[in-house]
Amino acid sequence: MNDTDAIRDVLSRHGNDGTRLMQILRETQEVLGWLSPATLTAIAAGVNWPRAKVEGTAGFYSFFHTEPRGKYRVLWSDNITDRMLGNMDLMQAMCQKLWLEPGHLSEDGLVSVDTTSCTGMCDQGPAVLVNYRAIPRMTLQRVEQMAELIRKEAPMADWPADWFAIEDNIRRADILLGCTMLPGDAMKVSLARGSAPAVETASNERSFREAVHSSDAGPGATLDEIKKSGLRGRGGAGFTTGLKWEACRNAPAQTRYVICNADEGEPGTFKDRVLLTRQPDLVFEGMTVAAYVTGASKGYVYLRGEYRYLLEPLNSVLAGRRKAGLLGKNILGRAGFDFDIEVHLGAGAYICGEESALIESLEGKRGVPRNRPPFPVTHGFLDQPTVVNNVETFAAAAMIAGRGGDWYRSFGTAKSAGTKILSISGDCERPGIYEYPFGVSVRQVLEECGAKNTQAVQISGPSGICISPKEFGRCIAFEDIPTAGAFMVFDQSRDIFEVVRNFVHFFAHESCGFCTPCRVGTSLLKNLMDKIAAGHGTHYDLKEIQQLNSVLQISAHCGLGHTACNPLVHTLERFRPAYERRLKSLDFEPAFDLDAALSHSRQMTGRDDAGAHLSNELETAAEKA
Amino acid sequence: MNAPQTPPKLKVATCSLAGCFGCHMSFLDIDERLLTLLELVEFDRSPITDIKHCGPCDIGIIEGGVCNAENVHVLREFRANCRILIALGACAINGGLPAQRNHLDLRNILEAIYATDTGLASGTQVPNDPELPLTLNQVHPIHEVVKIDYFIPGCPPSGDAIWKFLTDLVAGQTPHLGHGLIHYD
Amino acid sequence: MMSATFTIDGQEVPFTPGQSVMQAALSAGVFIPHLCYHPEFRPHGSCKLCTVKVNGRPATSCTLPAAAGMDVESNTPEILDKRRALLQMLLVEGNHFCPSCEKSGNCKLQALGYELEVFTPHFNQFYPDRPVDASHPDVLLDFNRCILCELCIRASAEVDGKNVFALSGRGITKHLIVNAESGKLADTNFALTDKAAQVCPVGVILEKRVGFAVPIGQRHYDAAPFSAHVAEFKPTPESQGERS
Repeated sequence: MNDTDAIRDVLSRHGNDGTRLMQILRETQEVLGWLSPATLTAIAAGVNWPRAKVEGTAGFYSFFHTEPRGKYRVLWSDNITDRMLGNMDLMQAMCQKLWLEPGHLSEDGLVSVDTTSCTGMCDQGPAVLVNYRAIPRMTLQRVEQMAELIRKEAPMADWPADWFAIEDNIRRADILLGCTMLPGDAMKVSLARGSAPAVETASNERSFREAVHSSDAGPGATLDEIKKSGLRGRGGAGFTTGLKWEACRNAPAQTRYVICNADEGEPGTFKDRVLLTRQPDLVFEGMTVAAYVTGASKGYVYLRGEYRYLLEPLNSVLAGRRKAGLLGKNILGRAGFDFDIEVHLGAGAYICGEESALIESLEGKRGVPRNRPPFPVTHGFLDQPTVVNNVETFAAAAMIAGRGGDWYRSFGTAKSAGTKILSISGDCERPGIYEYPFGVSVRQVLEECGAKNTQAVQISGPSGICISPKEFGRCIAFEDIPTAGAFMVFDQSRDIFEVVRNFVHFFAHESCGFCTPCRVGTSLLKNLMDKIAAGHGTHYDLKEIQQLNSVLQISAHCGLGHTACNPLVHTLERFRPAYERRLKSLDFEPAFDLDAALSHSRQMTGRDDAGAHLSNELETAAEKA
Repeated sequence: MNAPQTPPKLKVATCSLAGCFGCHMSFLDIDERLLTLLELVEFDRSPITDIKHCGPCDIGIIEGGVCNAENVHVLREFRANCRILIALGACAINGGLPAQRNHLDLRNILEAIYATDTGLASGTQVPNDPELPLTLNQVHPIHEVVKIDYFIPGCPPSGDAIWKFLTDLVAGQTPHLGHGLIHYD
Repeated sequence: MMSATFTIDGQEVPFTPGQSVMQAALSAGVFIPHLCYHPEFRPHGSCKLCTVKVNGRPATSCTLPAAAGMDVESNTPEILDKRRALLQMLLVEGNHFCPSCEKSGNCKLQALGYELEVFTPHFNQFYPDRPVDASHPDVLLDFNRCILCELCIRASAEVDGKNVFALSGRGITKHLIVNAESGKLADTNFALTDKAAQVCPVGVILEKRVGFAVPIGQRHYDAAPFSAHVAEFKPTPESQGERS
């Protein structure tokens, strides 16, 4: 099949629909290897979009290549937990074996090796993606074998199957991970609940101007259970789920949408991966409940590109649900209750975890957070009312629909109902997945995962909070330490400065670039941290960090910018010596290595005399004389 | 009652690094006010005095950015000796015209000039006399190399702007340049 | 009937429903710094120069709907400090060498620098490599000066109906592109008469064969500072339209 046919094939599979551009670009790239200028032109013509807009989308996402990247593209997950497990040495070893530099294509055009943001395998790192297929638990032996297979151009289908095995590592299950409800159970209870003849037809039969209030029977009765449960969003922001659903339900609409946010990009978080592996039906059931309550007719799972390997298993679960009458037309025999779910893949952009950026991406555009108001509940996907919830939120909602709000409320604390799934990684004996009722103390979690000599815990990822041992009595709960699930443990042997530097690099790499403060500020922060790491830091630079924090806090467009300085601010408060011991006593130092800045001249003149060098130290008067 | 004392004159040093001396020419454009200024200050190292190294000074004024090793040494001498260091003009502040080479690789520039047929000195070799300062890979504004206290923008700043800024400073006031005096071109 | 009002730095400002804080302020002759805002286009909210505090909380005044009784702080030392830092970020992000730029004297970035007394870019320069595009017969594109306000993108899409411009890349590598497989403006249907050729606040989109035509002293911002031109920025009906 030639390129033109391949592109036409992909386009027709997606009905030449530009809003499906992300999937079109990914599937085209899977066939052709990369997105050449001619390919982008053909796709733009196919979807009838301006070419520049298509190129703009392709250029936004890390996993789309507008330049050749080789037959094999190896990406090393570069979360701090991967670093602690030695990923940098392994990557260097791989590059040596393959005769190439990180970030560059090999001279024969066969392979490229680079780093990528956390791939969500922190409990089984160091991890790589090879052509976007996850391979955890890398070792030097695997590096050598893999380099050999790549050089022999062995198809990935022939690579050892056990390399691709992803462990669930569930160490503590509670109501969610231990849930034994069968597919359809929650929906059957919902349909039976508060059923009255007047509302026999499902809510998406309503005229688009009609607003049904939650006090009504039928879908409203299930909404009441969700509200009664006190369920709050599990993605980090903690918005009350019942209110979100109600707002969507009450917004005038032609079509309503339910979107499951499975763009689990916060470094150190991998609980959605396990939920989608072990409880996919529960998640889909939750989405179906949301559709029933809000009157939505279409659902999407926005799955991060790093979890590409989950696409086929999830699609087969969806097929099973369709067969069982749990998706499609007239669900469970309820006339007019039509709802279906489709899995869309992201392509390497952390910002798409922000709900309005996710929606932009789902519409085929660059993942840039929208201006708000209006909010997605009234103007979301394709400008229609849209509920966006986290994977875990939907799973919890399904249980609440099945067992009732009061039942759910009986778990957790008064202000934080239910359980929370933690993804634990770093310095502990048993990394993996732990589900706890809200209110569990950090200390208890540390004990149960086998953490010793703990120096610090980063909770909820880089955008969350870093705490020191004197705060280990604090609790995981919305009223104390809220979390999207990441729980990274650092023992006394770790350099907190390097932890923070890793996070700062992450934010600079993932900034969407829409607003000035985040686009430029995160890169300035990265440069400052690199300057301090190189031994050129001063107290002046610490002040600069504080100043940049205040600019980002006040003026950034979205949460990424607001929280980009959190790792710095939290650790400057708690672990200031980690910075200070790297500082020069001087109050100012150049950001660059002055001697290195003469390197090109030295090379071209062949000089190496004393005058051909510069020290970064300020000369004393004596030296000058 | 004591007679009012004449305050000691402030010592001022100036120099031009990777600049065109245009800012110094503009400095001279304060014209007859230079005489008034000389009642308040005396010049140490400066093209005006031809003193080669600066001693302890109150104010140092630097024109031009940093493009070679010698610029670094001179700039550090000023920083070590001057209580207040001022960046004068576009090149000192953002690299200016010399920094327009920054997107090119220095090795390619040297090769193009000295080695290739089209160069200005084709067929010669890149000068390597130890007397010559080596060129930095990129041109830098001076505040990237030492701490700078004040900045007077302009290419060049007008004589009026320099006068206003210096008289504010000498009078012990935070310098301001209102509309018309502050400009980047 | 009394119209609804809010206050900016204590000064009362009337507004009509649907207006943003910025639109109401400019209509009332109260200047708020801005770069990506343009009176003929819907607000964008990316440059953040118009950051204010509303009832003590930070907000972007060009995208925030005005509401009765709001207490807006704009010209406070704290906010001016942040706006200066934002300008400095823009100055180091690109290559802004005013002496060689034909837009000098007519440039909003420069004029705002003067307005806020930005003496230095402060941060370390990025010195990005951004080759110019001189392919078009009538227009030069100098990307070195681009501040990513997206006004040309919006004008070309919404007024010209051509979609000549778009953005690619992400974060600090985000950059303006044109609608051609070659990447060259000459291969688009761009024309000097396009609205998109008129809206650049800085010196990216320049007419060829016109250089330094207006003497220093007579350029747009020579006589009076940016803020004195507030009447030019009054919103038009189009910019206050409903979200389409």
